[in-house]
Amino acid sequence: MTKSTRNPSELHERREQRLMLLLLAPALLVIIILLVLPLLWLAWQSIWQDGRFTLAHYERFLTDSVYWATFLQTFRIAAIVTLLTVVLGYPVAYVAAGAPQRWSILILTMVLLPFWTSVLVRAYAWLILLQRNGIINSALTGSGLIDTPLRLVNNEFGTVMATIHILLPFMVLPLYATMKKIPGELTMAGASLGGSPMHVFLRVFLPLSLPGLIAGMVLVFVLTLGFYITPELLGGGRTYMVSMLVSRNIEVYNEWGAASSISVVLMICVFLVFRLASLLIPFERIMGTR
Amino acid sequence: MTYRLSMIALSASAAVFLAGTASAEQVTFVSQGGAYQEAQTKAILDPVAELLGITVNQDSSPDAWPVIKTQAASGKIIWDVIDTPAKDCIRGGEQGMIAKLDFSKIPNAGKMPAAYKSPYSVAYEFYSSVLAYNKDKFGDNPPKTWADFWDVKKFPGARALRNHPLATLEAALLADGVPADKLYPLDVDRAFKKLEEIKPHVSVWWTSGAQSAQLLADGEVDMEMAWNGRVAAVVKEGAPIGYSFNQGFLQYTSLCILKGAPNMETAVKFVNAALTPDIQANFPAYIDYGPGNPEAYKTGKISPERAAEMPSSPENAAIQVLVADEWWSSPAGEDAQKRWASFIQQ
Repeated sequence: MTKSTRNPSELHERREQRLMLLLLAPALLVIIILLVLPLLWLAWQSIWQDGRFTLAHYERFLTDSVYWATFLQTFRIAAIVTLLTVVLGYPVAYVAAGAPQRWSILILTMVLLPFWTSVLVRAYAWLILLQRNGIINSALTGSGLIDTPLRLVNNEFGTVMATIHILLPFMVLPLYATMKKIPGELTMAGASLGGSPMHVFLRVFLPLSLPGLIAGMVLVFVLTLGFYITPELLGGGRTYMVSMLVSRNIEVYNEWGAASSISVVLMICVFLVFRLASLLIPFERIMGTR
Repeated sequence: MTYRLSMIALSASAAVFLAGTASAEQVTFVSQGGAYQEAQTKAILDPVAELLGITVNQDSSPDAWPVIKTQAASGKIIWDVIDTPAKDCIRGGEQGMIAKLDFSKIPNAGKMPAAYKSPYSVAYEFYSSVLAYNKDKFGDNPPKTWADFWDVKKFPGARALRNHPLATLEAALLADGVPADKLYPLDVDRAFKKLEEIKPHVSVWWTSGAQSAQLLADGEVDMEMAWNGRVAAVVKEGAPIGYSFNQGFLQYTSLCILKGAPNMETAVKFVNAALTPDIQANFPAYIDYGPGNPEAYKTGKISPERAAEMPSSPENAAIQVLVADEWWSSPAGEDAQKRWASFIQQ
């Protein structure tokens, strides 16, 4: 036996790897050209201006109160939206996971149905519902419950409402997927050992559903951070989120460097959120592959 | 430095376009797109092309400024004539990106008021920021001045202003008693102080013209500052909305030519032709924006009724304030714009 003879299975494995790479190449190329390179270009623009290296755009994060206020408001809205989608989404996922199949299909369809409507259309739908002469205020004043219409939209409240509506599926679906995999025998066992329904839920079901819960929370939180159309249309001009700060820097001040630096910082924030979450559960589970 | 991918696409498409029409004289004209550019095509561009026997290529950009900067920085000038707020022409001129206009070659601008011109620009089309109100709400006694707009006791109701300092700071100063002819240079501190007063009563700071129209049409607000074209459209739809040009803020877009424009000579001819009173008088037939050349009102083409709806008719211009683009493009004006964001957020 000479060294040149290789283990046939090893050879096969190498060939397979090469084939995999070849198959992946188009996708990788697309990602590199359309995502990685533009992102690098974006980062480059934030530190290189008029032929020189500069940190001026990042200094603004320390000095400009608008930047602080915008990031703070964005994170606050993201936190509120995340909490409320948990409150609204968890029971829905719970019922859907426990119900007979045709019911769970119906429930999931109802969750997904608005998902196929454009964000823009849904923003205007909320406007029709929530505005001063809108359906809700008309009903409330018409029935004599209130005298003056409530301010439901063109503020943070309206923005949060519409954002929850848009992002609810991102909470319900990971939760449902996780709950579906929790064996019913476990809760039965808990109950047969004398646990009250509440006790069984808190000690058995809830911990087992945590991966789905965290996955949903991370998705909703991160997606809210980048919201643009909804706060722009329903925020009344005073709900100011990071994405709007980016667009204003280009539209009003024509500051590409400043806009780039904000995008870079927001992206770092998103990575940090994913990193923190992956300490709790593996990243693949957040993305729903396992 | 600020070379962008879209520019490559743009120059490629322009090259293809140019190759096809290489024989006739031509010019590339840029405006803001949408219904406004369509109206111009019929009112101005087609007649000018016919008058001069040239081909007018069109491009559009909602905000020309970043593209001007990009073309100048990359040295690949594709555009010739731009229709954009005069402030872009002036600061572009000061930064060496916009060509000085030789007014001896633009006789049609001769009779235009000096305030409508700058070394780099000439007024092309007028619009106005007016005070619009809900007629059902205020009946016979609507708010007529910015002082009324600020008077929440006499005129209670929800208000809206544009989420932008331009014309808004001016309105605050008029409401605070500054005489219209002493507005500029704006007392920015005083204006923001006055705006703090009205801020709790402003339910929406609108960002797009469509949004401002919607607020009026849906009755979401009882009074707002909005562009006359948008208000007129809402009125036409039958909404109970009134407005007047009194204390309106007259604004205009200007024509200017890029420095190093590929068709410089034709561009100058184009600018002159576009200001022909008879061609300028076509504007009101297609859109609620007024001609930039007041001579258009003397052609007899614009009926007195239609002239009364036009922001730039001599009667209406007289009761409005002309927004000073020079001030807004000055460092003080740019600072005021930067200060706006922190004002809105606090």
